[in-house]
Amino acid sequence: MLARLKSALLAGLAAALLGLPLLGFRLTDSATGLSLALRPWWVAAAFGVVMAGRFVMDGLRLPDIQFQAPHDIRRQAGLGLTLFAALLPLLPFAGRNVVDMATMVLIYVMLGWGLNIVVGLAGLLDLGFVAFYAVGAYSYALFAQYFHLSFWICLPLAGMLAALFGLVLGFPVLRLRGDYLAIVTLGFGEMIRQVLLNWQSLTGGPRGLSGIPRPTLFGVTFTPEARVIFLYYVILGLALMVNLLALRLRRLPIGRAWEALREDEIACRSLGLNPTLLKLSAFATGAMCAGLAGSFFATRQGFISPESFTFMESAVILAIVVLGGMGSQIGIVLAAVLLVGLPEWFREFQQYRMLAFGIVMVLIMLWRPSGLLSARAPSIRLGPAP
Amino acid sequence: MRFGGLTAIAGVSFQAHPNQITAIIGPNGAGKTTLFNCLTGFYRPSAGRITLNGLPLERLADHQIARQARIARTFQNIRLFPMMTVLENLMVARHAPLMKASLFSVAGLLGLKRYRDAEADAIEVARRWLDRFDLTAFADTEAGALPHGKQRHLEIARALCTDPVLLCLDEPAAGLNPRETAELTERLADLRRTDDIAMLLIEHDMSVVMGVSDHIVVLDHGRKIAEGSPFEIKRDPAVIRAYLGETDDEALPPDVAGDVAC
Repeated sequence: MLARLKSALLAGLAAALLGLPLLGFRLTDSATGLSLALRPWWVAAAFGVVMAGRFVMDGLRLPDIQFQAPHDIRRQAGLGLTLFAALLPLLPFAGRNVVDMATMVLIYVMLGWGLNIVVGLAGLLDLGFVAFYAVGAYSYALFAQYFHLSFWICLPLAGMLAALFGLVLGFPVLRLRGDYLAIVTLGFGEMIRQVLLNWQSLTGGPRGLSGIPRPTLFGVTFTPEARVIFLYYVILGLALMVNLLALRLRRLPIGRAWEALREDEIACRSLGLNPTLLKLSAFATGAMCAGLAGSFFATRQGFISPESFTFMESAVILAIVVLGGMGSQIGIVLAAVLLVGLPEWFREFQQYRMLAFGIVMVLIMLWRPSGLLSARAPSIRLGPAP
Repeated sequence: MRFGGLTAIAGVSFQAHPNQITAIIGPNGAGKTTLFNCLTGFYRPSAGRITLNGLPLERLADHQIARQARIARTFQNIRLFPMMTVLENLMVARHAPLMKASLFSVAGLLGLKRYRDAEADAIEVARRWLDRFDLTAFADTEAGALPHGKQRHLEIARALCTDPVLLCLDEPAAGLNPRETAELTERLADLRRTDDIAMLLIEHDMSVVMGVSDHIVVLDHGRKIAEGSPFEIKRDPAVIRAYLGETDDEALPPDVAGDVAC
């Protein structure tokens, strides 16, 4: 009881300390100019609310529900989600906005699945993933602008180019691990953005590139209404392709080697695995997925600028992977729906939107500190699946 | 091998033969593990040559040594892939042949028969080693969840799965209880009998060393001070001096020297 009180008091003090500059002062506009008004009651209220909250929470045992779903149930859930996604535009409540929103979520699902190969499987913390997304987007935009190539030709080209950039990033960071790797990848992401910003003659600098051609289907062009649905199916197909690739790779020797690399690099080397090749292939595969997503993003928006490829994007994608539970494909879908969808739903809260969003994130991390779904299924079994 | 001003090992040469266990013993800091690290390419020797069947090892990277010279090793502090299952641990050891069969993942992605056959072969190899080490019942459990003794066995099984000609065991009995140690000794003796593998064994537990080795090399301060059969080594005055310091040789019966040395 005493320990509970103590912890509640500490939490309350922390809230008061944080609240002092945030809530404790207010600028008031008076006839004589701006003046500071003290609001001690607000700070006291923050102190009280947080302390009570902490006290109650310590008493409640949060139920730790383990989603140790058997393999076939997971499979069914996956198939169910896929079916739902395939039928979504036909459902009665799905207006243009819903489908548009779902397209945005699917882009992030695809990015999450791509990054999951690098972070979840190979264990290489990459904070500059958005760089490859940008490479994909700009390569489609530039190919279309200068060579008038169609979307379907540019798509694989963008994927390959992004993979090449993955290799370029891979080489200098081969010797780095953990935090140091994260810092260098962060720098790489910024570098790409700075090049896009400053190479005005090619990329248009901060003005970006506009008039990017929309995709066609065997020469058929779409009206804006039909295009929303068409684009939705394109990204659904792309995302499912990346999903299939990730699931298959995981069961192949390369996937197992990536996981082994995450677990213990020295043991890998003693077994004859070449860590250089493994890291480079992981970077390249992840980057390729991001490149494909990027070129889709470009054709959907019709306009791209370096604004869309800030560090914030990398952080969101990484948050999706971590929140979903590293290595879980369905977890990433749920996390993408939460992270991209929630801020939209919370629009009604207006200026408190990000506050509500933050509260949800804190609650999830309290409830499931290792991600929404984090159980790992073996890639191969000797006995029958339980 | 030199680290700064310290010469960790110098002028150590010995032979290891298939179907034989060569033990390497010596007091702490004698250079036993450094010797292993040089052999398996984790350290690059500052000078000198290491050859295995005429193949120069000192120029190869660690993963090349494992694959080309077929030297496998275990570690003093167990290095498994703890989140992966026992079977997966062994499958990683079959990486090179599987990778070739999957045409660097292309055939594997397409699910060609050629790859599926290779995978079945690899599982068969893994299963054989699992049976030998009594691990079959644990095939689908996480390696990290196994008891310590089983983890030691798994690490050796995984090293054997790479199909080595030389197996280097770095203190395999460390942290095992007497029953597990006896079990391990039996396994090693069994391996020596049935498989054409040369084994190097670093071990402080003299019951293991004296029980299974055919040949013992004694290191002290990076130099070889004695070499011979277990019987000879037990009686070697230089060995007794290295382990117990400069004492009156006569006062200590040789058997005690063997037992105290840990």
